[in-house]
Amino acid sequence: MADKSELQYTAEHEWVLVDGDTATIGITAYAAEKLGDVVFVELPAVGSDVASGTVVGEIESTKSVGELFAPINGTVTEINDAVVDSPELVNSDPFGEGWLIKVSFTELPSFLSYAEYSALVGE
Amino acid sequence: MTSADMSAPATRTRYSPLHQAHVDAGASFTDFAGWQMPVRYSSDLAEHHAVRSAAGIFDLSHMAEIVVAGPDAGAFLDYALAGKLSAIDLLQAKYSLILNEAGGIIDDIVVYRTNENEYLVVANAGNRLQAFEALSARSARFDVSVLDRSDDVALIAVQGPDSRAILEATEGLAVDGDLAALKYYRALGGTYRDGTVLIARTGYTGEDGFELYVDVPDAAALWDALVVAGKAHGLVPAGLASRDTLRLEAGMPLYGHELNTSTYPAQAGLGRVVSLAKETDFIGRAASEEGPSADARVLVGLVSAGKRAGRADYEIFPSTDATEASGVITSGALSPTLGYPIAMAYVAPALARLGTEVFVDVRGSRIPATVTSLPFYKRQK
Repeated sequence: MADKSELQYTAEHEWVLVDGDTATIGITAYAAEKLGDVVFVELPAVGSDVASGTVVGEIESTKSVGELFAPINGTVTEINDAVVDSPELVNSDPFGEGWLIKVSFTELPSFLSYAEYSALVGE
Repeated sequence: MTSADMSAPATRTRYSPLHQAHVDAGASFTDFAGWQMPVRYSSDLAEHHAVRSAAGIFDLSHMAEIVVAGPDAGAFLDYALAGKLSAIDLLQAKYSLILNEAGGIIDDIVVYRTNENEYLVVANAGNRLQAFEALSARSARFDVSVLDRSDDVALIAVQGPDSRAILEATEGLAVDGDLAALKYYRALGGTYRDGTVLIARTGYTGEDGFELYVDVPDAAALWDALVVAGKAHGLVPAGLASRDTLRLEAGMPLYGHELNTSTYPAQAGLGRVVSLAKETDFIGRAASEEGPSADARVLVGLVSAGKRAGRADYEIFPSTDATEASGVITSGALSPTLGYPIAMAYVAPALARLGTEVFVDVRGSRIPATVTSLPFYKRQK
């Protein structure tokens, strides 16, 4: 599990872990908790280009549907097949095994810090 | 102070008398008709499965309890409601409807005969005022009193195959009769400690189970006693999220989704609940006799393959390229018990035949679904 304080965040309740020119993206524990038990995850195809702010996937729980927004412009280099097979990983380990996609990028936008995100969700 | 300062907010948040027990159990809360109620404690899937395989305990204290009492109670309810309530036995329950003059549904309710001349009407939390006002307004020419006792009465449901064993093992709960012999939609009186309890074999999950009406001061202690007795049976507290998937699998309508003031009972498959055989007049009778128009949409079940569930308000099309919708989903989810998507939907009569293939617009893609009979899930007896 990634150290939450080392991650960057979006107002759409996603986290971003930057390593070189690749960003690993997932949803936060707060988002997973709000969704309830995740039962279906749809992710973009590897190799597809994504544009920041657009919907690139879906995270469905028994109660509702969450959209996965690309937090960055880039190309999908990897998706988490384990989470497609076992969507409950999003609930059990949202910052670790429940990661969703990796995107290669050339330009990094500014994200929220852990402190800023924590303030946003009131924790 | 100005008058604006003195105006009360339109709604105030309400809390169940069991709220602290839910907080202590780690519940997440959701607003339901102005009430903060548990949506889940840990996992809504785990809570759902526990009810199907062992037992779950639900707080339904937000529901409304209206007492109708007086010499004319039976005759009054025959006039005010769609069913013939004067005909039910003492301690029998009956599902019924409050109709408006146009034949639409103001609320769906469960009515218990608690005494020769006394009935308990249990209404949806969101329709508490509408139900109470309709009953009050209709009572004018009857010798009867209509009393909203919702704030005095808590409601706890224990649902699942182990429910009876749990009630029988509950410390301090005394039942006036044999739970094993109690039939579905029948009730027994009883006591918890010194207070009276009504114990009904009713529910909204498709499983065997009981609903316990208890006075507010005794509710928290009874909840705790049931939880303690249930430990050995795998009883878990269950929230509204699991209650919704359980009732959907059981094909049970939810007011505001499948039922509303502009829907006729016949459209919702509830024609049997409207007693046209009743000798006396009742509100909504003339409209019910006329019935909905021939092209009125009807409630059906839908099942799909895969994992993408159609949800409430998603439109239904007769083909992949049809431009005009001929139906809409009112409730839908990936069924936790069955493992595939299920939904209840209103569709044009031409699409209502069992086995018809329709297409659900799931956020832009049309997913095939097959019209099926309700319920989706039926327990093995």
